[in-house]
Amino acid sequence: MNKKIRVVIAKPGLDGHDRGAKVIARACRDAGMEVIYTGLRQTPEQIVETALQEDADVIGLSSLSGAHEHLFSRVCELLREKNAEDILVIGGGVIPEDDIPALEKAGVKKVFTPGTPTKEIIEYIKANVKK
Amino acid sequence: MVDIIESLKAGDKRAAARLITKAENNEKEAFEILKKLYDNTGNAYVIGITGPPGSGKSTLTDKLVKEIRKKYNKKVGIIAVDPTSPFTGGAILGDRIRMQDLSLDEGVFIRSMGTRGHLGGLSKATNYAVKVLDIIGMDYIFIETVGVGQSEVDIVKTADTTVLVMVPGLGDDIQAIKAGIMEIADIFAVNKADRGGTDRLVAEIEMMLDLNPENTPWKPPIVKTSAVSNKGVTELLDAIKTHKKFLKETDLLKTKRISNIETEILKIVKEELMSLITQKENHDKRKRLAVDVYHKKIDPFTAADCLIKIIKGG
Repeated sequence: MNKKIRVVIAKPGLDGHDRGAKVIARACRDAGMEVIYTGLRQTPEQIVETALQEDADVIGLSSLSGAHEHLFSRVCELLREKNAEDILVIGGGVIPEDDIPALEKAGVKKVFTPGTPTKEIIEYIKANVKK
Repeated sequence: MVDIIESLKAGDKRAAARLITKAENNEKEAFEILKKLYDNTGNAYVIGITGPPGSGKSTLTDKLVKEIRKKYNKKVGIIAVDPTSPFTGGAILGDRIRMQDLSLDEGVFIRSMGTRGHLGGLSKATNYAVKVLDIIGMDYIFIETVGVGQSEVDIVKTADTTVLVMVPGLGDDIQAIKAGIMEIADIFAVNKADRGGTDRLVAEIEMMLDLNPENTPWKPPIVKTSAVSNKGVTELLDAIKTHKKFLKETDLLKTKRISNIETEILKIVKEELMSLITQKENHDKRKRLAVDVYHKKIDPFTAADCLIKIIKGG
């Protein structure tokens, strides 16, 4: 058996800044994970459906538009509706510290703000993914 | 296991997604399930989309699938293969980017796969993923290979119809008569046909095809497409349908599938044998043989014979 961690990296919402998402995608790849990169402007519904079809272990959400509260929470809500809350949801981007508790309450397991070393994110995924 | 089998029969996408993962991870349970459901396979028509990197395979697949959904309302599975890093084992699977609108279509299932060290344009488990999608009731299954060079021809042993996507400007006419990839196409799609050099490429392919023996029963058509602007897609789908009809009417579909199954069986045997040879118990023996070969006590051919004898004896 050779299990691999499968990660969906998605950018919900309307901002077009995908540099951060690409950096994370690359870091996950270099850590031996399989990254399904979905591209820009995804709806929460698309992201969740993708994660289910791809049998993802992790969803990494990136948002720089300020709409993270609505979009990230909606992803978590849809996962619960589909009985898929075992998928680890993490988030990143320009997210004010004050917003983090609400996101965590909604089901985002961890929020990484700008400046986080990619190594820290990889280690978090490896330690928290449910296999 | 009974639950999974029932879910799959009912067309449950999540069960299918999990079964594909199990097959990818080489878990025994996956193969037990596939054994039990083997009767439910063979209904889907499998279309291979292959071609060099950046030739537009994903975009073309996206457009073909939309056409099928719109015109015929058939269910479609898509398996998109991208390369795995030989250094880290990781992969960026990015074919979905071109298929975003399809992700919410109830009648479509898309799965991305890394090659995981397998050469030939597909991953080892691609064949199993095809079976899983077949079992959950997909009418058509598209397999998009990794971007290929000249000799990744596994697709022809997996698909019923193989479409080779070419783009103008990649080389001179000698490329067209080389062996390998150019021989496997049932249909040529000359994509990005809005660019210069298209007519020359079409002429070169035609010339190559004219050199085929006269009694070849199927002459691959060449379809000009421009996937981004959705041009030539209807024509390409028509060509696929014509090829499908031809295979059915001539009974070649059966011949082809039997030949593909034979290849599949051989692959499974090969793998079993390899896993026997690479078993831990044989590790020391292998090492000793290698040392002996290094010191010229024996040659590598004799050493290989010794290993084969172990399996036969075992």
